[in-house]
Amino acid sequence: MLRDEDRIFTNLYGQGDWHLAGARARGAWDNTKALLDKGPDWIVDEMKKSGLRGRGGAGFPTGLKWSFMPKQVGDRPHYLVVNADESEPGTCKDRDILRHDPHTLVEGCLVAGFAMRAHAAYIYVRGEFYNEAVHLGQAVAEAREAGLIGPNACGSGWDFEIYVHRGAGAYICGEETALLESLEGKKGMPRLKPPFPAGSGLYGCPTTVNNVESIAVAPTILRRGAAWFAGIGRPNNTGTKVFCISGHVNKPCNVEEEMGIPMRELIDKHAGGVRGGWDNLLAVIPGGASVQCIPKPICDDMLMDFDSLRNVGSGLGTAAVIVMDKSTDIVKAIARLSYFYMHESCGQCTPCREGTGWMWRVMERLVLGNATVEEIDVLQDVTKQVEGHTICALGDAAAWPIQGLIRHFRPELERRIAAYGGRRLAAE
Amino acid sequence: MPKMKIDNVEIEVPAGITVLQACELAGREVPRFCYHERLSIAGNCRMCLVEQEKAPKPIASCAMPVAEGMAIHTNTPMVRKARQGVMEFLLINHPLDCPICDQGGECDLQDQAMAYGFDRSRYLENKRAVPDKDLGPLVKTSMNRCIQCTRCVRFATEVAGVEELGATGRGEHMEITTYVHRTLTSELSGNIVDLCPVGALTSKPYAFNARPWELRKTESVDVLDAVGSNIRVDARGAEVMRVLPRLNETVNEEWISDKTRHAIDGLRRQRLDRPYVRRDGKLQPASWGQAFAAIADRVGKLPGSRIAAIAGDLCDLESMFALKELMASLGSPNIDCRQDGAALEAGVRGSYIFNSGIAGIDRADVILLVGTQPRIEAPIINARIHKRSLSGKLKVAAIGPVGDATYRVEKLGDGPRILADIAAGTHAFAKMLAGAQAPMIILGMGALARSDGSAVLAAARQAAEAHGVVKEGWNGFNVLHLAAARVGGLDLGFVPAQGGRDVAAILAGCSSGEIDAVYLLGADEIDTGKLGKAFVIYQGHHGDAGAQRADVILPGAAYTEKNGLYVNTEGRVQLGRRAVQPPGDAREDWAILRALSDQLGKRLPFDTQDQLRSQLVKRNPQFARLDHQEAGAWGSFGRSGPLLGDAFASPVSEFYMTCPISRASPTMAACIANRRAALAVAAE
Repeated sequence: MLRDEDRIFTNLYGQGDWHLAGARARGAWDNTKALLDKGPDWIVDEMKKSGLRGRGGAGFPTGLKWSFMPKQVGDRPHYLVVNADESEPGTCKDRDILRHDPHTLVEGCLVAGFAMRAHAAYIYVRGEFYNEAVHLGQAVAEAREAGLIGPNACGSGWDFEIYVHRGAGAYICGEETALLESLEGKKGMPRLKPPFPAGSGLYGCPTTVNNVESIAVAPTILRRGAAWFAGIGRPNNTGTKVFCISGHVNKPCNVEEEMGIPMRELIDKHAGGVRGGWDNLLAVIPGGASVQCIPKPICDDMLMDFDSLRNVGSGLGTAAVIVMDKSTDIVKAIARLSYFYMHESCGQCTPCREGTGWMWRVMERLVLGNATVEEIDVLQDVTKQVEGHTICALGDAAAWPIQGLIRHFRPELERRIAAYGGRRLAAE
Repeated sequence: MPKMKIDNVEIEVPAGITVLQACELAGREVPRFCYHERLSIAGNCRMCLVEQEKAPKPIASCAMPVAEGMAIHTNTPMVRKARQGVMEFLLINHPLDCPICDQGGECDLQDQAMAYGFDRSRYLENKRAVPDKDLGPLVKTSMNRCIQCTRCVRFATEVAGVEELGATGRGEHMEITTYVHRTLTSELSGNIVDLCPVGALTSKPYAFNARPWELRKTESVDVLDAVGSNIRVDARGAEVMRVLPRLNETVNEEWISDKTRHAIDGLRRQRLDRPYVRRDGKLQPASWGQAFAAIADRVGKLPGSRIAAIAGDLCDLESMFALKELMASLGSPNIDCRQDGAALEAGVRGSYIFNSGIAGIDRADVILLVGTQPRIEAPIINARIHKRSLSGKLKVAAIGPVGDATYRVEKLGDGPRILADIAAGTHAFAKMLAGAQAPMIILGMGALARSDGSAVLAAARQAAEAHGVVKEGWNGFNVLHLAAARVGGLDLGFVPAQGGRDVAAILAGCSSGEIDAVYLLGADEIDTGKLGKAFVIYQGHHGDAGAQRADVILPGAAYTEKNGLYVNTEGRVQLGRRAVQPPGDAREDWAILRALSDQLGKRLPFDTQDQLRSQLVKRNPQFARLDHQEAGAWGSFGRSGPLLGDAFASPVSEFYMTCPISRASPTMAACIANRRAALAVAAE
């Protein structure tokens, strides 16, 4: 369990002052100039050593990502873009960072932007996060007024501006290239890769897109040292992570914990346990809606980190733990997620545009059992036809929850089909 | 050049191309719907997925650049499964209405479904319904069939230069539409029908008319403007059913204008299908013999100076040559092919052709438009300029009306005096021309068909010579013609001989009684009211202005009904081929003139078109070099003189109706009505 002194987000619950003075009292903006003085290469190197993996869901090593930016600024400026379009169902970690600890992000933007030789950062805030955008905007204004950002930020000689941009409420705009399109004023549709944003991103310039949490933890990592961060958690899954625990638990919460904490410990210690006790657990979706659910027997000794969850065919994703007890209609729950993906598909790629609607319609019938057993296999086949065949990962995200359902709860689907057939026979 | 392996065959490919293009170079066909060579890459249909060794997922070959050492497989179980999956998704919401779909037989989806489709559906839900859109009188929509490939959207934006199509909605509710229920205002809109890989966009005038396998296909060239677009004429029986573009990188790429494509229903209306002779003030049907006799009776005794001939805008080289020879044998110097009175001279070829070639626009960095609006005068050339302007390396300026240009045009002024200032170097734009690598002056008929036309021509020449528009390795002095016959006529020397009269003088001579007989070879764009009491012979294919005034009508063949040579505005000689027979008693034009010459006792020395052509080539060897742009000689031309203060006016008042064929076309009339209605709505 994470010790209190190792916490990075010490105002995650908003008990303290989120303004500059409060943030400073908690250690933010403490001699940021000294960090910058060590140079961009040191920062990137330190981030690599810390083993931080991107907190937005895919878990790509952050330091490595930063190192993809050109080492010299050519004829095109560099940009840092922060993805605060947090829309993954079950996920609300960035939201608390934005409203209760915005200065960690603002400071993170400066060190990250400096490390990638960018003079400007854009923070793309989810449209629905109105108050969060207001807090963030104030935090940016405070920092600029204090000379922490703006011309000669923190006295480092580096000019740095931060622009807060509010989205318009499309889930797909959380995909990094769709976010760039949206930021440019176009329709939020993911771009083809290559070219990758580090080569040609925002307005065709070298760009890095990072999650809020990945950026916000950077100053603390640099101040306390990569070794400190790397010492927390498990190999290749280091550091602390904000988990969002929701669903059928007694006390849903956000909590910053060590990577690799056992799931049961996480739920029991911080969320007051599963409603009706651990034995009443049916399944958990461990990383936001886009990963496969895992049933109780697997949950029993599951560790919460990228590699452990990947090994059981699921994923850490955004670390949004959605707990479902035995009262849950698991088929209906997954059908609702299917509806979400159908609704949020941008419509660009054929498999996702057509497949998400197909999957949802079959799922709706499976909720009732109005289907044949063969259709379960057709549905599985359809998810495989969508997965990996689209420009962005939304197609994969739509396929995985259903694959998890079929994998772990196929008997339940077959039971419903048989029951529905029985009712129909009886009616005749 | 990167080396890569495609299906285990090593191949060296040019750097910068995509995997799909590399596969094609290796002879592997990759199915695609959204990808098109001339449009930006969308990568959204996912049909072109191929397997790349060491990649976890199949890759979209249309969007992936080639790299050294890449290993691609185009026909593995993984690839087939992926493509079958995409095909199934495309078909679940696609209606099964192939039997009543006009795309049937030439549908990419139908073809690919044969390769990757399954013979039954696993999709048990209802299919999606999408409301049809009104895109105007040319494009019929059936949006249920749309597979959202966005080719039409990209074409409208990138090629036609009108941002009028787009996709609204998200996911399966995505629809292709004009945002505000407007119809398309592009002169190139018909091309989206060709681009549409399914039957969502089909040709409205052609709807339910024919199946592709019933059609006889003839490769020909278009004559409705001076671009000489390469076309394929599809005919069934005696009727031309449709016109499609044919690939020619140097001329029209693979686009044609809406007039080229859709004016063909004018070929069925108001046709002259038998000879007529005016008796008692009325045109009466007659036999060929009677018509020839009537001509011989009136013309045979006249001295040459009292006879004149005017060639129209749609004439082929052969008929103009035959007429020129006939007039020479009759002793008449009064011939002209410049109906609009444009001050063009036949002497220096560089003075009347589009010297840089249409493809030269791809290199141009500064273009000065003088008295021309390419969008309505030559939409294909306009598309080239638009394409070049998208590269950001082109600056366009204009003297004269700009109209509704599809790219940024800096308007320098209205009248020819600006041109004189540029020539003298006193206008700021002169520096722009001089500083450019490949500057271009495009001179339109609006600048030349006026009383000071020759002085404008001289001023343009001076500007070109003074500021490096004509230099070693580059000639950017370009004349944009409107008439398909014009450059051919000038090449032939179908202009007044020594002491002869030009069009204006011929008409004046008719009014004053100095000219007794006029031969109009498809000439309809002259003021027939000025023909006075002259005896008028009209040879042509449509009952238009010339035929109404005629005393004898000799029914000729339209461009789809005869073999003929045409020279486009670049000076490129191209061959038009016969797709159908002329209607009724109508005959090929050169043959009519040959027969008439016999009746007049001046038998022309050829009996077949081949003999005619060999004489033509003997006079002017360039006519033998088909599809070749003979460089124009440069010299002194134009007569310096006073320039008028009048603004240049556009010679084309209505894009859709510029010749007897398009004037007879109901489709073109519908386009005009639609455009006017749209303008009226916009004005409200």
